[in-house]
Amino acid sequence: MNNIEKYNKVFMESLGVTEEQLAGLEYTGVDSWDSVGHMNLIACLEEAFDIMMETDDIIDFSSYEKGKEILAEKYDVAF
Amino acid sequence: MVNLDTILQQPVYGTAHAEKTALLADTLRELTLYHDSNCPEYHRILRAFGYTRKRIGAVEDHRDLPFIPVRLFKEYEMRSVSESELFKTMTSSGTTGQQVSKIFLDRQTSSAQSKVLARIMCEYTGKKRLPMIILDTSAVIKNRMMFSARGAGILGFQMLGADRVFALNEDMKLDIAALEAFLEKHSGERIFLFGFTFMIWQHFCKVLRETGERPDLSRGVLVHGGGWKKLADQHISTEAFREELKELCGITDVHDYYGMVEQTGTISMECECGHLHPSTFSDVIIRDSFDFSVCPHGKKGIIQVVSVLPHSYPGHSLLTEDEGVIVGEDDCPCGRKGVYFHVLGRLKNAEIRGCSDTYAEKS
Repeated sequence: MNNIEKYNKVFMESLGVTEEQLAGLEYTGVDSWDSVGHMNLIACLEEAFDIMMETDDIIDFSSYEKGKEILAEKYDVAF
Repeated sequence: MVNLDTILQQPVYGTAHAEKTALLADTLRELTLYHDSNCPEYHRILRAFGYTRKRIGAVEDHRDLPFIPVRLFKEYEMRSVSESELFKTMTSSGTTGQQVSKIFLDRQTSSAQSKVLARIMCEYTGKKRLPMIILDTSAVIKNRMMFSARGAGILGFQMLGADRVFALNEDMKLDIAALEAFLEKHSGERIFLFGFTFMIWQHFCKVLRETGERPDLSRGVLVHGGGWKKLADQHISTEAFREELKELCGITDVHDYYGMVEQTGTISMECECGHLHPSTFSDVIIRDSFDFSVCPHGKKGIIQVVSVLPHSYPGHSLLTEDEGVIVGEDDCPCGRKGVYFHVLGRLKNAEIRGCSDTYAEKS
């Protein structure tokens, strides 16, 4: 599984969304992505990519796209 | 407009009196003018108290800027951004029959609150996110009925943790198995503990006393808040609270904090010397309860809190319903600059409220 597949899988599993919903998905955009869901999502991503994110990056992680940008720029996850 | 990002670059505790006064005066004056233009209710309040834009614009000390009673957020829906910009609405703790404060947040304000909270907390827990033990029940964020200020507080702090466990299960019983497993998983690491003062005393400490369980939390740093009112009613002092925690689970690194939903993010933290310190991004002013003049250091009065963060609602300068006293300024032995203070309790006749009250009826 490549990184984008892994990334998508974590999103779909932890937020219970379909692949079609991913593009443009924002924090609070679906009921499951509330502040509780956010921390679960972050924990799953950290485990999947074996990284530890900084608090500011968790706060800035505001959408599906923004998350990809953060992981690529700051945690060397190549998509 | 003063750029918030520029202010947030400042050291958390590094600004002494003159510099801090200048920084806060500029920022809060701009914020007052901004809210005057964007929140009709706030505008009417300022005019009623004789604050014109000209008068506000001429203010050079943030202590001369207008302040509004915190309870106005219960009576009016006040915001300075359009409805479409709203991101979430926070409500204060309030038991049945009480009105709750409604605080309207846009993305910018909400994100700034989280970032400032993280920056302040880093001063005590370090930059790395630590394994976190929440000294509360897991039900608090599961059950939407209980999802009040306590749940919101826990959610706000939990992003500082890297892995999390709740010390109490849904029946308010100590989850010793989960706790021991967590401690073993993170053996040798520093642990971040968070909880509400009253819940810690009334539930966590109580279960330890009753069960005889003594989990070793000596490598923990505990941050707790929510007020002392209930403990003061039971004649429990800060010293007794600390002593109990040390005896029951070995925690010695303990920090109380003072904060409220109306100014989320800019909390005042208790230092190693037992003093509460506002960060560079907020301040505490004590006012005389008869004429609202600024009290000199050492004289008790009503606590006014100011914060540079509230942008989506006019909550940057609030008169609380708490009584306090400034202990000193710029010279705390811990080295942090700015004023440092003590909270003495609720004002008499003020409505009962606070995080510890949300569980009041059942306890």
